[in-house]
Amino acid sequence: MDPWAYQLVAALLFMIGMLGVLVRRNIIVIFMCIELMLNAANLSLISFSRMWGNLDGHIFVFIVIAVAAVEVAVGLAIVISLIRNRDTVNVEDASLLKW
Amino acid sequence: MEEILFYIFGALAVLSAAGVVLSTKSTINSALYLVVSMLSLAVLFVMLRAEFVGVLQVMVYAGAIVVLFLFVIMLLNLDEGDMGPPSQPVLKAVGAVVILGATVKLASLLRSGPRVVPELPDGFGQVREVGTILFTDYLLAFEVTGILLLAGIVGAVMLAKKTVD
Repeated sequence: MDPWAYQLVAALLFMIGMLGVLVRRNIIVIFMCIELMLNAANLSLISFSRMWGNLDGHIFVFIVIAVAAVEVAVGLAIVISLIRNRDTVNVEDASLLKW
Repeated sequence: MEEILFYIFGALAVLSAAGVVLSTKSTINSALYLVVSMLSLAVLFVMLRAEFVGVLQVMVYAGAIVVLFLFVIMLLNLDEGDMGPPSQPVLKAVGAVVILGATVKLASLLRSGPRVVPELPDGFGQVREVGTILFTDYLLAFEVTGILLLAGIVGAVMLAKKTVD
């Protein structure tokens, strides 16, 4: 199997995730789309790792997964406190810091 | 055989990722599409001889992260009723064209590296090999990840506990 095909899937996943971050307004769905982008980067790293026969990419993915877990824990805590204080999941209702 | 599996699970990953973005009925639907996408990616990882990472993907992503999402969605009883004006078909078409164009560009940039995959040594991508590198060459990064996890736990507890006025 051509490793480039895996890169194509990774590129598609990344762009879908980015589209989601840009068009959706539900903050939880935006979080899920960030996870999709991280997953796409992981697939790209693993595919390059396979291409070069080098295990360093696997370590990168391991650390990315750990960072994603932390990010979701903190992010969902922020969502909970947003809902408690503002009673909304719409990002446009939390625009105090928007320029 | 490998090609058939790649097409099935690659298409499943991309289509369910599109489902995450496009399903507007309920947030739960998005989370369930996300599980399908992550499990298909785990299959792709195993096909790329990254068995350890595939197992991690199933355990951490599908098992922990998405469950956390579902837990929060169900705990807070969110319904996405009033999320602004309905999306316009013209904008949707423009978005699809931009995504396709950017994907082609990105994929052509990624078209570097050898096109012929090398023969891999035994045990490539399994726990023993990955662990050996992780605890020798990348030990510092591993320790720093531990500190990051600790900081994340403390931050999440602080954020979720306190009510800010």
